[in-house]
Amino acid sequence: MPSSNGTPKETNGIEAQGLVREFKGGVRAVDGIDLEVRPGEIYGFLGPNGAGKSTTVHMLTTLLPPTAGSARVAGHDVLKEGAAVRDAIGAALQEAALDPNLTARDHMRLQGALHGMPKDERTRRGDELIDRVGLSDAADRKVGGYSGGMKRRLDLALALLHGPRVLFLDEPTTGLDIQSRAALWDEVAQLSRDDGVTIFLTTQYLEEADQLADHLGIIDHGKIVAEGTPEALKAEVGRPTVEVVPADHAERDRAVELLRPFGELVPGTPQGAAVRLDADGGEQLADIIRAFDHAGVKVANLELHEASLNDVFLTKTGRSLEGAQREAAGAQETGEQPALEGSPA
Amino acid sequence: MEAAAVPAPVAVRREHPSIWVQVPELARRSIMRTVRQPASVIPATTFPLILLAINSVGLKSATSLPGFPTNSYVTFALAFAFIQAGVFAVIGTGQNLAEDNQGGFFNRLQLTPIHPAALVAGQLAGTVVLGLFQATTYIAVGLLAGAHIAAGFGGALVMVALSIAICLAFGSIGLAVGMRVDAPEKVQSIFPLLFVFLFLSSMSLPRNLIQTDWFREVATYNPVSYMVEGLRSLLITGWDGEALALGFGCALGILALGLFFASRGLKERMART
Repeated sequence: MPSSNGTPKETNGIEAQGLVREFKGGVRAVDGIDLEVRPGEIYGFLGPNGAGKSTTVHMLTTLLPPTAGSARVAGHDVLKEGAAVRDAIGAALQEAALDPNLTARDHMRLQGALHGMPKDERTRRGDELIDRVGLSDAADRKVGGYSGGMKRRLDLALALLHGPRVLFLDEPTTGLDIQSRAALWDEVAQLSRDDGVTIFLTTQYLEEADQLADHLGIIDHGKIVAEGTPEALKAEVGRPTVEVVPADHAERDRAVELLRPFGELVPGTPQGAAVRLDADGGEQLADIIRAFDHAGVKVANLELHEASLNDVFLTKTGRSLEGAQREAAGAQETGEQPALEGSPA
Repeated sequence: MEAAAVPAPVAVRREHPSIWVQVPELARRSIMRTVRQPASVIPATTFPLILLAINSVGLKSATSLPGFPTNSYVTFALAFAFIQAGVFAVIGTGQNLAEDNQGGFFNRLQLTPIHPAALVAGQLAGTVVLGLFQATTYIAVGLLAGAHIAAGFGGALVMVALSIAICLAFGSIGLAVGMRVDAPEKVQSIFPLLFVFLFLSSMSLPRNLIQTDWFREVATYNPVSYMVEGLRSLLITGWDGEALALGFGCALGILALGLFFASRGLKERMART
């Protein structure tokens, strides 16, 4: 990001313009994406497997040269100033890349030495981070015996060892249990809030993106299909829906008629009727209950659905994130595009 | 993009990353990795000893062939154990590197200011330690089994040195292969090829006693023959400058070639900008 006098300004942010990565056979894993990540924010990069998330991370972390386009990370050009970018960033990539034969302390020692940290500094900082991620009791145990959550936490600590200004986390909670996932979320939020680290986080979990991200980019088939704050994206998609299931399924048609005045009818479950509300949910919900009571239609179940990121994904791509995951898994089995992500041409 | 009011990043004291710090640390990792994997050390050390025991019993009568250089087949065959250790060095070094590629550890290293030469030297350090352990084990077991070192204690030390050179040479081939694959199984697939290469040498018989012309011709051009003969000269003949020069020369030549191809592979593998 050049400053007004044309020289690059060192910030904690990320910018990309028209970033493209093409793989063997002309497959474009990343197809011309633009990004702007502000300093100190958590940017969630949401998409199904094979959407292009990891390829983007590999390009932004200098591990993979882009086929076209440009990007600056922490004020440095990823193509021309690779070493400066690497100096400013930390990364925990999709695989918790650890040596099972080394202990957590061994990893800290090695990584610190490679970064040029003096011995006393790498010991101090290593111990501090091991403690911070709750691995003090296991610090001298071989990593091969760690649980998935412990490996992820060590991976995060290693990424932070040299004090990076920008942190890339590529699906950091994939495969973790709920408890480990929540602990990692807390740590990531704290890094952004207290340490001012800019975080670029890829995820395939809607909840993770919703809970953590200040801004969100949704990627599908290598293109960003939506971008904004999670709240703005959900608001853009529309108002909440209400679904009513009558106690007597034969009264479904009456339920449909009763709901019609409240907004646009939308598909619901086979036994129920659903409507996208014209106004905010709270007020209309009471009116709907009154309408059903007045008509004498007994209700077995009534649910108010707030717009979710899945609705955003559905609206922007024409399919749910879950459906896109299944599609990606099928494509991987047959060796189509998503399987190629991360394999250089 | 405006600079937002965010807390200052954590200050961490750093110096210019020195290759003289990186190499020992990577070597330490490589050595610990080797030492902490008994499952890879034990077979690599014992398999050549088992083959030595079988050959020494089964081929003992070869010593009665006219022109056979010694009447102790154990002494004759001991040299080959060192070469077999070299084959395990190819597999071990290559597999370690392939595991680093497959598991993403290589990317972790790439994201640091690592010097490529440090990566190669560090990876080979574990190979050297294993080679040292194997060489001393083979000499000890060979002496216990009745082998004789004609060049004496100094010769044993040179055998260890040549053995390390051989392990480095084969290890560099492992590196070159490991740089180009991303799965340890692919490194293992070259094992049979290496064994054919070893057996088409003077390992079982001195070259002058090989009766089949093509076999003798292949053995003459096979550098493995000269590495075996270098070691064997210390065991049987004593101090033979030519045999040692050829042995060390072939090992260092293979090492140079291995490092050349490993460096090329590394350059391609390290696609970082």
